[in-house]
Amino acid sequence: MANAPAPQKTMTLGEGGLALTMGGLALLTIVIAAKAYTSEYAFHAYLFSAASIAAVFAIINRYYSRPAEKPPLFIDGKPNYNMGPVKFSTVAAMIWGIAGFTVGLIIALQLAFPALNLDLPWTSFGRMRPLHTSAVIFAFGGNVLIATSFYVVQRTSRARLAGDLAPWFVVLGYNFFILIAGTGYLLGITQGKEYAEPEWYSDLWLTIVWVTYLLVFLATLWRRTEPHIYVANWFYLAFIVTIAVLHLGNNAAVPVSIFSPKSYIVWSGVQDAMVQWWYGHNAVGFFLTAGFLAIMYYFIPKRADRPVYSYRLSIIHFWSLIFLYIWAGPHHLHYTALPDWAQTLGMTFSIMLWMPSWGGMINGIMTLSGAWDKLRTDPVLRMMVVSVAFYGMSTFEGPMMSVKIVNSLSHYTDWTIGHVHSGALGWVGYISFGAIYCLVPWLWNKPLYSLKLVNWHFWLSTIGIVFYITAMWVSGILQGLMWRAYTDLGFLEYSFVETVEAMHPFYIIRALGGLLFLSGALLMAWNLWKTVNTAESAAPAGLALAPAE
Amino acid sequence: MSQEQDHQDHKEIDAVTGTATTGHDWDGIRELNTPLPRWWLWTFYACIVWAVGYWVVYPAWPLLTNSTQGLTAWHARSAVVADLEELKVQRGPMMAKLSSASVAEIVADPQLADFARAVGRPAFGDNCAPCHGAGGGGGKGYPNLNDDDWLWGGKLDAIEQTIRHGARSGDKDDHEGNMPAFGRDGILKAKEISAVADHVRSLSGLATEKGEDLALGKKVFADNCALCHGPEGKGNRELGAPNLTDKIWLYGSDKATIMQGVQNGRGGVMPAWQGRLSEPTIKALTVYVYSFGGGEK
Repeated sequence: MANAPAPQKTMTLGEGGLALTMGGLALLTIVIAAKAYTSEYAFHAYLFSAASIAAVFAIINRYYSRPAEKPPLFIDGKPNYNMGPVKFSTVAAMIWGIAGFTVGLIIALQLAFPALNLDLPWTSFGRMRPLHTSAVIFAFGGNVLIATSFYVVQRTSRARLAGDLAPWFVVLGYNFFILIAGTGYLLGITQGKEYAEPEWYSDLWLTIVWVTYLLVFLATLWRRTEPHIYVANWFYLAFIVTIAVLHLGNNAAVPVSIFSPKSYIVWSGVQDAMVQWWYGHNAVGFFLTAGFLAIMYYFIPKRADRPVYSYRLSIIHFWSLIFLYIWAGPHHLHYTALPDWAQTLGMTFSIMLWMPSWGGMINGIMTLSGAWDKLRTDPVLRMMVVSVAFYGMSTFEGPMMSVKIVNSLSHYTDWTIGHVHSGALGWVGYISFGAIYCLVPWLWNKPLYSLKLVNWHFWLSTIGIVFYITAMWVSGILQGLMWRAYTDLGFLEYSFVETVEAMHPFYIIRALGGLLFLSGALLMAWNLWKTVNTAESAAPAGLALAPAE
Repeated sequence: MSQEQDHQDHKEIDAVTGTATTGHDWDGIRELNTPLPRWWLWTFYACIVWAVGYWVVYPAWPLLTNSTQGLTAWHARSAVVADLEELKVQRGPMMAKLSSASVAEIVADPQLADFARAVGRPAFGDNCAPCHGAGGGGGKGYPNLNDDDWLWGGKLDAIEQTIRHGARSGDKDDHEGNMPAFGRDGILKAKEISAVADHVRSLSGLATEKGEDLALGKKVFADNCALCHGPEGKGNRELGAPNLTDKIWLYGSDKATIMQGVQNGRGGVMPAWQGRLSEPTIKALTVYVYSFGGGEK
């Protein structure tokens, strides 16, 4: 490299600035590690310094190996897309997904057979449960959202992803956040807020990463060469902006010290509960709904090769969904210390949310008009359409469960768990699998290794989901009825432990459902591995779904 | 040419549905200009109307110091209070009887005893079952309540006393008495412990180890154990010392478990429930446990 004549090559402000910042962060975190109050926190500080030093090396190394000029925005009039970060996030999603599903299976088995807690703090249900939820929602789901959003915004804007190092900072920084969060749970570091367990320093880091994500996305939209912004990008933008607001509001905390992992939330009592569920419900609404609707709006019409069913519906359901979702959080706090008026608003806005949610379902499913026959031959498309059907089912079930009279039976029971999983496994899982099955062949420019394996994946996991949600329906309703059963004399018919005992068979069926779902995902990983690693000439021609230009 | 017209020019009719597209095209994706489905729109309106109606009837919108109360002025708290009042009325007369009667009087009155068992069943499940098992079957170190073997007495009064004050619970009226750690504290040697364990097994007719010095075991027992367990090993309820001659074993009848007990001592704890549970609940639990089948007259 030393001999290469590169007189014009200079380090950009971004490269120099980021390298310096990372160097500074490395120094700071080494000091923190040395003075940390707990060894777990010191471990995290060392992880930060190791990652920062690695980042400095990576930036310098990249500088020496890159050409002098920046990559062009267009080559021969075609956008020069930046797919590196998309590839990284796609692979990360698959790895985290399998990890998250596996932990889910383990904790499902722990509920049926508590001895599987192993009597160790690290493997106890209380630590493994947030590991599962964060791994599937934020690690798997988050990487799918970042990968697809970076892909879709480029292609539908006909513009190269904005930023040079920034997109890499987003994907690497986000996955580093996941590493900190996950190891933190196992070591017992948590602020005890559901779906927002990471402590203040992880939250700060995520804020920096997330704002960068927003800027990259906005700047890419800004340089678009299409006159209009495609509907998928509205949904991505709503997701990114709202998650930023929710994250800041719910994690407003005061650390005990910079040398301590512990912090105290500024909210207290019922106000904290309200902020928590404003956050929690909109994590569902904007992370798991708006973001994945964006995926639907790109990958279903693309795969089906049909126009989106209704532009008008997309506008109306987008704005009504965005406006109504943000109010629905209080339905998580029915019959609690939360004032009645707030419970009323939470419930009524949930009911009004029903049709806006179904607007997305209609637009997804009806996009197939004229292409229904493809469901027979293309398991990838079938997966995505079934995903939208699950979306419709759980967005009916959700408003129904928010009605107070229904909630008085369903709340705190397994029915809630079943509801969440029909959304998570059916909707989020399937639309993600479908998108990844499309993305990998497009990104690596190779045909999918085996559609037959996709078919197996589809059926295994569909049976798994059906096992899971029916088991939870039955056990949840049974549980709710047992809790409220009174004898003729006016006393509870069952003690709590009897209701726990009654759940046992359903917990086993649920774990079986989880096992089937995980098996399907393992088939998928194998299929994708073979897709990427099969020599192009050896692959059967004709199955490739080349990206339409 | 304005942008709007530009789009007009790209508009086309989708051959499959016969619907016009909007003329936009992103990466090959087009959009149909299908109107909103009527059923969808009307259901949406209906949900909004229902929500507004609900706001009129129930507390809904926050004001400066309170909220709109709605036509019903319904309140979750007062609804719960009303429910509990109703339950109180339903339970009322019987509950009053349960509160004033002694446990003996409760058992003597079949109707009141039935009532007490209805109170006792869920209370047992929530408070006692974690140790004694859902059916009172017990477990290692936790007495079985179904049999007629009682550590501290199986009459009504004795059961009530145990529930109220517990065993080794720290309560001033609790049951006291510990089995000392004969081995750990150097009172007995390993050989003596082994011998006395076999002697204890022989009390209930269990096989003893070949070559074991049973005479030594008998002597060790007489010198050390008989004080609490009685010269014949029949036990002593004053001290919670179990009867060693029956087939019922709290920790297990194998030699290793017996030796472990002699070596390290025993002293299981049952908490005192007086003050934690209401008076009628304690009485009801007494009657419930008594009715398991092992209660003594």
